Amino acid sequence: MNYIGQRMLKLSDHKSLLVKFQSLLALLLMVAIFSFCAEGFFSTDNFWLVLTQVSVNMCLSVGMTLVILTGGIDLSVGSVLALSGAVMAGLLKNGLELPAFNLFIGLTALGAIFTGLLVGSFLGFFNGLMIALLRIPPFVATLAMMTIARGLTQLWTGGAAITGLGDVLRYVGTERFAGVPVLVWTCAAIVAIAMIVLRKTRFGRYIYAVGGNERAARLSGLNVKRIKLRVYTIAGALSAVGGLIVTSKLDSATPIAGDGYELDSIAAVVIGGTSLSGGRGSVLGTVLGVLIIGVLNSGLIILSVPPFWQKVIKGCVILLAVAMDKLNTKEQ
Amino acid sequence: MALSKSDNAVLQARNISKAFGGIKALDDVSLEICAGKVNAIVGENGAGKSTLMRIFSGVYAEYEGQIVLDGRTVAFANPAEAQDSGIAIIHQELNLIPHLSVAENVFLGREYVSRMGLIDYRSMHNETTRILKRLDLDIDPRVAVSGLRVGQQQVVEIAHALSLDACIVIMDEPTSAISDHEIEILFGLIRSLTAQGVAVVYITHKLDELFQIADTVTVLRDGRLIGSGPVEEVTHDNIVRMMVGRDVKDFFVKVDVAAAQVIFAVSDICLVDPARGADYVVDHVSFEVKAGEVLGLFGLMGAGRTELLETIFGLHPNRSSGDMFLDGRQIEIDSPIDAISSGVGFVTEDRKAEGLILEMSVAANISLASLEQTERFELLSSRLENRLAQDYVKRLGIKTPSVKQIVENLSGGNQQKVVIAKWLATNPRVLLLDEPTRGIDINAKNEIYKLVSELAGAGLAIVMVSSELPEIMAICDRVIVLSEGRQTAEFTSSQATQELIMKAAIPQGQAV
Repeated sequence: MNYIGQRMLKLSDHKSLLVKFQSLLALLLMVAIFSFCAEGFFSTDNFWLVLTQVSVNMCLSVGMTLVILTGGIDLSVGSVLALSGAVMAGLLKNGLELPAFNLFIGLTALGAIFTGLLVGSFLGFFNGLMIALLRIPPFVATLAMMTIARGLTQLWTGGAAITGLGDVLRYVGTERFAGVPVLVWTCAAIVAIAMIVLRKTRFGRYIYAVGGNERAARLSGLNVKRIKLRVYTIAGALSAVGGLIVTSKLDSATPIAGDGYELDSIAAVVIGGTSLSGGRGSVLGTVLGVLIIGVLNSGLIILSVPPFWQKVIKGCVILLAVAMDKLNTKEQ
Repeated sequence: MALSKSDNAVLQARNISKAFGGIKALDDVSLEICAGKVNAIVGENGAGKSTLMRIFSGVYAEYEGQIVLDGRTVAFANPAEAQDSGIAIIHQELNLIPHLSVAENVFLGREYVSRMGLIDYRSMHNETTRILKRLDLDIDPRVAVSGLRVGQQQVVEIAHALSLDACIVIMDEPTSAISDHEIEILFGLIRSLTAQGVAVVYITHKLDELFQIADTVTVLRDGRLIGSGPVEEVTHDNIVRMMVGRDVKDFFVKVDVAAAQVIFAVSDICLVDPARGADYVVDHVSFEVKAGEVLGLFGLMGAGRTELLETIFGLHPNRSSGDMFLDGRQIEIDSPIDAISSGVGFVTEDRKAEGLILEMSVAANISLASLEQTERFELLSSRLENRLAQDYVKRLGIKTPSVKQIVENLSGGNQQKVVIAKWLATNPRVLLLDEPTRGIDINAKNEIYKLVSELAGAGLAIVMVSSELPEIMAICDRVIVLSEGRQTAEFTSSQATQELIMKAAIPQGQAV
């Protein structure tokens, strides 16, 4: 038995290694192909361009990974991104007027950003409340939030873009620090922290446990509700960071910002091998998933593939990735 | 034992081999299944019984060797083909769809359809009621399966097989989760099936059952056929030896520990039925457990055993009442978190659904309920975690290639030990065990018994629910019998007899 067990472990080790590297191999393959046929793809400029372009999706997808690991989903990330970004831009530009109290509050850039992050976190927290306390299925709760936050964004902006936001946001969106875009630093920090949290903290372990078997987790004394609340709050906060990035890159906040971003982010998580039923997956996989989508976008644009075809191809890549994953798990 | 072609062999397996990734699960196994007989197949977990059954029932389409059904060689591409040829299987892990009703499950895939193309629920319910009557189970065919207890769900599975009019019915450990009363009914049923010429393939760990029900017995070990023949020609010891390849002591007999002071006491524990507010599922139950004592809780299906443990563990804070005391001090338990911090651990009945995170490693499962002790500077230390896990792997004799092994790949007995290890790691004073030996093989059972006694010997207070009387008799110091939520009797181990316990367990004034 012991001997058999060991051999089985070895076999599954090789397999999981292959599976783990599957997305990396896919990424490298895509880079190789585009480098070969898309002129200008393999260049330093494009390298940084791709990395800054994926930074929004990276933030959203890290949050989405946590949510999906618990067995949930968050459809509201795009709308929360828009509202947080709009709040930042609006406060920065116009300050906060409270006619009822005859009060005007002007905010510094950092104050505005902080408030925006707070708004995103609160919306995420609200998602968590609905899901953990009222037991509304995550799909439904966040679908509702998606609509609510989008509506609030339109109310807040009056349906028009808020532009001309000043130096601090411009710095975040376009400058470099030590030769690397500030946006890339931001993403790298978020990814690093998420990896440490997932692998090295109790909270991270509990996220996997809740997604793997919620009942067993609860019976083992885990505070499942609190874990879910936290996860959705973090997803909301990271959406707000996404809002900061979008707003600062464009120097404007529009009411339609982040529309459909939830789908790209779910796609990245799934391509990265995280199971939609929860309990299995990693941030590293998601990073690869985000990069795969980013590289694909960039390559297809450089090859001037028509936008409608880009969508078709992206969809096929998602199917292919998940099909490979299923085939591999089935064999085991 | 020689293998000869019997006249009434309905199914023959010839030289069946099956390998998974280079490991042989079955190695040149040949056997016959006879019509009108109960063909028992025994063997430890991993002996290849389930693999063989999956081949018979079309789950595994690829194997070496031949299957001959009624004189014709068959090769089932999928379970549906096997079913159409009259082979029904009742899996050990129940295969029901929780939110569908009993009738919908019984007729899943073969629903009665009216001329309008709609499901004819009336006939389905009538037919289901008829079949369930044959099984002596009085439940409404309209209720969702998820609302039934494990034992009742199993009867629904059996009803499903019966509704197929199968000529071969394979039962994979059908009695592992049902009470003695239901076992009697099941046996009656099996006898009537065989009288009608149906071949029953009966897989079990429980050797006593062989002599009650089986006509022939086949022993598998490590994927090989060890022996086969009429049940009259073998003895209990004989089979055990064939199964394990060595002599084992039959049942572990508990060492009596001197019972010391009371550690844990509960009084007037009540649990209200969620469906009918006035009824109690657990009705004013009180007991105390001493340090080093193993208290048995026995009861038939629906007696409220599991619910009692769940209530104590804080799973039903809104529907329950009663007082609990630890070391004489009253404690409040409104959630598993409270229970654990009060020093109560709960090894649940269904280890896959409630005990383990299957895709996590052995180490992660063991540390789950006490993860803070593997932290160093707020970060998890895999060194501390592995050390903790290795400690329990060694102490409990968990057979695993490493603590990093995914727990899903372990055998049932070893999985159960992982669950127990998880609770021991929380340093409990009181351990609640719900059917701790369900679905595990005889060797592993003995190890669990030994472990339970050792834990008691180390001063733990243990409350163990079991539906196996011999098990209760063997390791409990005291037995409390529950019937319909009420405490109907209490025996010390010297007073207890199987008859007395059973008498107290059967509800008064009505058939079960």
